Parts: sequence; C-alpha cells; structure tokens
Amino acid sequence: MSNNLEIALQSKQLRRAGQPGSKPDWFNRLWTLAAAPMLLLFFIPVAAIFLRLSPTDFVRSLTDPAAVQAVQLSLTTSLVSLGLILLLGTPAAYVLYRRRGRLHWLLDTLVDLPTVLPPAVAGVALLIAFGREGVVGQALRQVGITIPFTGAAVVLAQMFVAAPLYIRSAALGFAAVDCELKQAAALDGASRWQVFRYIMLPMSAAPIISGSMMAWARVLGEFGATIIFAGNLAGRTQTMPLAIYIGFENNLNVALALSAILILVSSLLLVLLKVVINRRLNGD
Amino acid sequence: MKPVTFLFVVVSLALAAGCAPAQPAARTSLVVFAASSLTEAITELEQVFEAQNPGVDVQLNFANSNTLAEQIAQGAPADVFASAALAFMTRLEENGQVDARETRIFARNQMSVILPKSNPANLTSLSDLARPGVKLVLGAREGPQGAYVERLLTNLSAAPGFDPEFKQQVYHNVVSYESTVKGVVTKVALGEADAGIAYVTDAKSDADTLTTLPIPPEYNLVADYPIAPLKDAPNRAMAQALVEFILSPAGQQILAKYGFLPPGE
Repeated sequence: MSNNLEIALQSKQLRRAGQPGSKPDWFNRLWTLAAAPMLLLFFIPVAAIFLRLSPTDFVRSLTDPAAVQAVQLSLTTSLVSLGLILLLGTPAAYVLYRRRGRLHWLLDTLVDLPTVLPPAVAGVALLIAFGREGVVGQALRQVGITIPFTGAAVVLAQMFVAAPLYIRSAALGFAAVDCELKQAAALDGASRWQVFRYIMLPMSAAPIISGSMMAWARVLGEFGATIIFAGNLAGRTQTMPLAIYIGFENNLNVALALSAILILVSSLLLVLLKVVINRRLNGD
Repeated sequence: MKPVTFLFVVVSLALAAGCAPAQPAARTSLVVFAASSLTEAITELEQVFEAQNPGVDVQLNFANSNTLAEQIAQGAPADVFASAALAFMTRLEENGQVDARETRIFARNQMSVILPKSNPANLTSLSDLARPGVKLVLGAREGPQGAYVERLLTNLSAAPGFDPEFKQQVYHNVVSYESTVKGVVTKVALGEADAGIAYVTDAKSDADTLTTLPIPPEYNLVADYPIAPLKDAPNRAMAQALVEFILSPAGQQILAKYGFLPPGE
C-alpha cells in the first residue's frame, strides 16, 4: 500500500511538472487516440444494453415473476455467500499471510486455483465431490443431506469461485501491517489475539472491504459452476445470470433487464471500491 | 521501433500471408449444424462420409436446435442444418435461408424416461414419477424437447390408470431444467437425479449407466428430424451430397444403430 502511495504521489508531481505552457500536448493526445478502440470495446456493448432496453420494458420485465425470483435469489444467496466467505476466508487469509510451514507454496497455489479455473470445471468438480454419488456427497447422503439442486449448492459454487478474491486481498492487507507496530503492541502486553483484533484488523480494513466487494461482485456474476452443480430451477437455484442465459432463448426483455441490473450493481460496487481505496491512499 | 519501420513490417507480413502458397490438395470444408441429440450418430456419419469423399473435411457444431437456428439466422456460416424439430427449419425457410423443397425428414425419435442403473428412488412405473420427493431433471420447457415432454405428460394425465393431476405432480418434482437434453442425460447418468425424460437415442447411447421405464407407444410422441442444405452454402454440391448420403440406406443404417426410427412415409 505504501508503495502505491509513493507511486501516486510521484505521478502527481510529474503531472504537475508536465503542464508548463498551453502548447498542445500531441504525445498524450496520440495515446488517447490509440486507447480509444480498447475503451470503446468495453463501452459500446454496455451502452447497447441500455439503448436497446426502453424504460417501460425495463419496468415491465421487472414484474415478471421469473425476474423477481431471480433477483431475490441472487440477493439472498450472494449475501449468505459473502458472510461465509468473510467467516471462513479470514482464517485462510491469516494462514496465507503467516507463510508458515513447508507446504506453504502448495496452499498459496490452491487458493489461487479457483480464480484461474474455468467456472465449468468448478461446477463439474463440485458435482463430483458433493453430488449424491460424490466422494463427500455419499457420506452426506447417509445423514440425509443432499446438496445438488438446492440453494446450498448455489452458495457453495459462489464461494468456490469468489472466496479467493477476498482471501488474497485480506492476506495482502495483513502482510502490509507494520511489524514494528505489532511488536510495540506486544511489548505493551497485548495478547496475540488483541494484536490481531485491535491492530491488524483495523489497519487492513481497506483491503478487507475492497476484497469483500470484489468477491461480492464475482458472486453475483457466477454462472458456469452454478448451472452445472446447482441446476436451473426458477425460485430455487435460478440466479440472475442463469435467468439471463435461459431468458436469452425465450424472453430477451427479461434477459436485458436483468443484465442492466447486474451492470448497475457491479458499477456501483466498483465505484465504492475506488472510494475506499482512494480514502486509504489520501488518508494515512 | 519507428512508426515507418513498424508499418513496413506489418505490410510485409500481410503480403507474405497473401503470397503463401495454397496448401497442397486444398481440403473442402463442410460445416454441419446439428441438434445435440444427433451427436453420436452424426459423428459416425461424418467419419464414413469423409472416408468416401477424400478431401472433404466435415466440421460439426452441436447445440440445441433453437440456438443453432438463431445462429444461422444471425449469419453463422453453415452448409447443412439438421434440426430436432420442424419449427426451427421452418424459421429458416421463412427467413429465405433454406429452400422448403429441399427440406427432408431424415430420422424420427421418441421420448424415453431414463433412470440411473442403481434406480435410487426405486421407480417401477411411469406413475411413480408423480410420487412426492422424486428428483426429476427435464430439458428446458421452452425448447423443442420441452414441448414434446409437455405433450407426453398431457397424454398420460388423460390415460387410464393415471391421476388427472399427473402432469402438475411431475412438474412439481422437477429439480432442474437443463438447457440441453444432453445435460439431462449427464445429470441422470451421474445419479444426481432419480429420473429424467430424454430421447430414446440418449437412453441407448448411455446404455451402460442408464435404464429406462417403458412408455406405451400410444401415448408417446414422434419427433421428426428435418435436414436441409442452406441456400447460400459455400459448397452446395457437397452439402447436397451429404444430405443424400444421410438419406441413403447406408446412412439410415447408421442412424438406426443409434436408436433413430426411419422417417415415416
């Protein structure tokens, strides 16, 4: 983080230095021009959704029971997933930050794996593990628990693909806390738990919050693992991305309306994220 | 690199690509868009056809017929379209992309109730599908197969020995609507669902992991599979030859092997 801060300060100074007269800055204009195609590739499809979707269609689609169910289901499952990611991901982040043990590199890779795996692989793997006939699923079945085709499957799929984003961010946050600060606290008689609770947790609040937001955005967008592992049933496992996929084949307006909501929510999360990071950079 | 040098490199690369000698004995490629229920049968037909026509490279694209018709309507380059339902061929005919006189029914298929070999819910007859708690997986209700399933369930609800509410009860047991029928087969074969409704050909292709419940023929439905070369197929002669081959006795024999019924007269 302190590194980022220095870079930000340096570039600010450079920018100031680079604005002497009113001479047109051809160099920068050329770069802007060269960047335009890439930026347009992001902008045009997103804008097209809002151009295609008239406000009346948007409102009408949102009263469609399948759309309402999908929004409700996405909201509840994503919040449950986020809560579990915070609860179970924080210890994982702590273990990752400590870098103890000979097998540390293995853990490190394991946590990164879901981020690079195609979600379809995640779905197949989850089904093979937690399915009725799966390695763990068979045992669960003995005690009367079946996971596939339930909300629990949706949550597991979401956690699998999104938790690494949070864990990675929180671990980096823990690692950035000044060692001397922790030592000073320990010298003053703080227990290890108190050091964690009163020094590390507050000092890595920004990466923890930004990590949770990234994870939440990823959770809301989860599609591939969900449709394979949890199936597709309106009201039970059909989250917004699934409703968009199915809706694309038979009700384009619902698909467009749900896409618009996801774009708006994701943009909002990203803006909040930048606010958090900026405050951190300009603050301490 | 100076901009001029860069431009020079790009231009010479483009020229080099343009001047590259054509591959020896250029292979004609033929693109076939086929319903996913045809996967195994068309793959074998492709191999035999390629063996008989050296220099032809048949490329297969499988998806549900709805998606394929949509892709062709949006300009996807295809030479031949094989659909699991007439409606999608009709859409392309109305779109002016297929000549209705060239559309031929080349196979027929029927519905089949598939169960994992282990039969976890202990289902012994069709009426068991309505038993509360049975986990059923069906194809998307909006797809062609979904429409056949709905008609099958309507027929059974009116049949003697079945509850008039049979259809509603069965739909109540559905735990997932898969986007393709192949998805239904996989979930049932993995044992994740107690039963599913697929095509007879699917039950046959996974005979070592699946069993079936018999559907009395008078209530079952017959799905007609149409095939046609596309009007602006890049290689129309070869496209027509492939359709003829599939309709020939040799082609029909391969289809029969995978459980397809011959086209009715």
